[in-house]
Amino acid sequence: MSDRLSVFKTYKLYVGGKFPRSESGRVYEVTDAKGNWLANAPLSSRKDARDAVVAARKAFGGWSGATAYNRGQVLYRVAEMLEGRKEQFVREVAEAEGLSKAKAAAVVDATIDRWVWYAGWTDKIAQVIGGANPVAGPYFNLSSPEPTGVVAVLAPQESSFLGLVSVVAPVIATGNTAVVIASEKAPLPALSLGEVLATSDVPGGVVNVLSGRTAEIAAPLAAHQDVNAIDLAGADEALAKELEIAAADNLKRVLRPQAVDYFETPGIERMTAFLETKTVWHPTGSLGASGSSY
Amino acid sequence: MAFEYAPAPESRAIVDIAPSYGLFIDGEFTEAADGKVFKTVSPSTEEVLSEVARAGAEDVDRAVKAARKAFEKWSALPGSERAKYLFRIARIIQERSRELAVLETLDNGKPIKETRDADLPLVAAHFFYYAGWADKLGHAGFGADPRPLGVAGQVIPWNFPLLMLAWKIAPALATGNTVVLKPAETTPLSALFFADICRQAGLPKGVVNILPGYGDAGAALVAHPDVNKVAFTGSTAVGKEIARTVAGTRKKLTLELGGKGANIVFDDAPIDQAVEGIVNGIFFNQGQVCCAGSRLLVQESIQDELLDSLKRRLSTLRLGDPLDKNTDIGAINSAEQLARITALAEQGEAEGAERWSPACELPESGYWFAPTLFTNVTQAHTIARDEIFGPVLSVLTFRTPDEAVAKANNTQYGLSAGIWTEKGSRILAVANKLRAGVVWSNTFNKFDPTSPFGGYKESGFGREGGRHGLEAYLDV
Repeated sequence: MSDRLSVFKTYKLYVGGKFPRSESGRVYEVTDAKGNWLANAPLSSRKDARDAVVAARKAFGGWSGATAYNRGQVLYRVAEMLEGRKEQFVREVAEAEGLSKAKAAAVVDATIDRWVWYAGWTDKIAQVIGGANPVAGPYFNLSSPEPTGVVAVLAPQESSFLGLVSVVAPVIATGNTAVVIASEKAPLPALSLGEVLATSDVPGGVVNVLSGRTAEIAAPLAAHQDVNAIDLAGADEALAKELEIAAADNLKRVLRPQAVDYFETPGIERMTAFLETKTVWHPTGSLGASGSSY
Repeated sequence: MAFEYAPAPESRAIVDIAPSYGLFIDGEFTEAADGKVFKTVSPSTEEVLSEVARAGAEDVDRAVKAARKAFEKWSALPGSERAKYLFRIARIIQERSRELAVLETLDNGKPIKETRDADLPLVAAHFFYYAGWADKLGHAGFGADPRPLGVAGQVIPWNFPLLMLAWKIAPALATGNTVVLKPAETTPLSALFFADICRQAGLPKGVVNILPGYGDAGAALVAHPDVNKVAFTGSTAVGKEIARTVAGTRKKLTLELGGKGANIVFDDAPIDQAVEGIVNGIFFNQGQVCCAGSRLLVQESIQDELLDSLKRRLSTLRLGDPLDKNTDIGAINSAEQLARITALAEQGEAEGAERWSPACELPESGYWFAPTLFTNVTQAHTIARDEIFGPVLSVLTFRTPDEAVAKANNTQYGLSAGIWTEKGSRILAVANKLRAGVVWSNTFNKFDPTSPFGGYKESGFGREGGRHGLEAYLDV
């Protein structure tokens, strides 16, 4: 046992591909499950939330316009990077959630596998939920899913890493960009995930991670006119209602909180919740009775 | 060159409108609990067609209870049996198609040409389409045995009364839900005739309940605690109010709201076809269409040529008796809607846009508005931003495809758009960039039960039609 003094990490937000402190200069104490001090995390302000929306909007064109194959490669790269940092995340998850090292390791394994699962979805979801429609007329008619836009994500409060990834990955797999509010009590795995994303070819702004008081950050996001959707996974009943009312102002798509076992293989609902269906028509023309025009 | 047409009226003898109608609850026509009634008029003549019971909160409660009671058996029926009820309904609609077309034209004011050739065929097709789904839900991609939600509260508008009823009721019943539907206060009759069709089809009591009434009845229905699903088609303002009402509940919500569709015409477009598409896009159903192509975006280099052609074409449109088979433009649905269109058009002029209408004589009684075109419109003008829901086209110009896309997307809405060009790659590139749920390329205002319809952004959420339309009524 060396008596070397360790180097603490200053946990910072992840916004637009950079690692700023909260513009408010505020931090709050993050403790482990037993109440021991772990770190001071940024206590994000409304302004931080708005800056994150600007970054997410700016990234939307490029990310939604990237090929599905490319998005799959990028998401898979995240899994690769996580695998290499497994030890760090096992420690952070164990501390954050009061889990044994073995249990925390199981959580991290499941989390990495979740990224891989969603990485594989990027170029399949359009075939599963889109397709040609057999209209009664001489028209080509095709429905395809498109990302809704900027999605505010209230990450689950309890499952600080597996739950977080289970709500963020489906949002960005389909081409949306995200402003994520980390678990209020246990934000450190989320803030560390930002560091992984920054080194995983995920373009800056595609995922933005804020820590702080969920209700304080979520309110301006739910009311924001340039946010297209909101996932209320991390909201309690009262907050969820309040945010859903605010979200109605520009008719955000709202995913209400529900009981989820994050260890189970998900369905596609978290992806379809933030997809629009676009249907394109075009006349097919006619070759005449004999079909011999060409 | 002006053509003269001899009148060619469709006979209204085919439809027998009773002097009064009740609410349709639990398979019976009944008076409102408070005895209130309202009159429905023909918008083209202001003639009173009938007196209809006006539902209130108490009636809503009664109807929801009836629907709840019916749900247990209806949802437990084998899908193949539910399918046969819906096939029956589709067939009876086809049998009574002419009668319903005339009725709809009388109550709504739209031309018989449209009710006969568009509304009614689509209504029957919609029931046919969803009938077939009832026993195949396990193949729809929502799990092996997707379950219905329960009681659906549905509120529909007056612009396509029977078609909007079909869009709501057909998928709801196919998936095993029961419904309480409120038609619009200006167009209650076709829904009440549909109630009679349900009886002819032998549909179990309480599966479909029809509550004619005003906004208060709609609000009570949406807020009723025993409603599991809310589906609304109408204005964006009311849609937002409904979204607030259902916030914090477990009710599933789909909204199909307003629009300000851009119809984009590139310099290589076939002009004559584009002109037909523009006319169809904004003057179909007097422009009272949520997906209307109400903003014409024309490439600058062909503006003069296109507008000349368009004005020539508008001069040939025939406005008048909606029952006349030659009529292109019918009546505006209500005095309130006419006042709104009039006010917005006046605002267009006041803000500096240039107004033009063809020489067009308006009938003396009824609610009428001449086809109107505004040029010199900028994106800041109210008539380029607000949904007018009338026969008013705002013309803007662009130079490059990027500019066209930016202007088309510069709206709170995202329901429909049109693209006119001979170049396939441009169609695909532009269609890809447009933030709209339906994109018509080299055509406009095409509908089909197999084709999902619905909006982006503030045009609402959820899709109606196709496999996608099932999701709104399933517990998934």
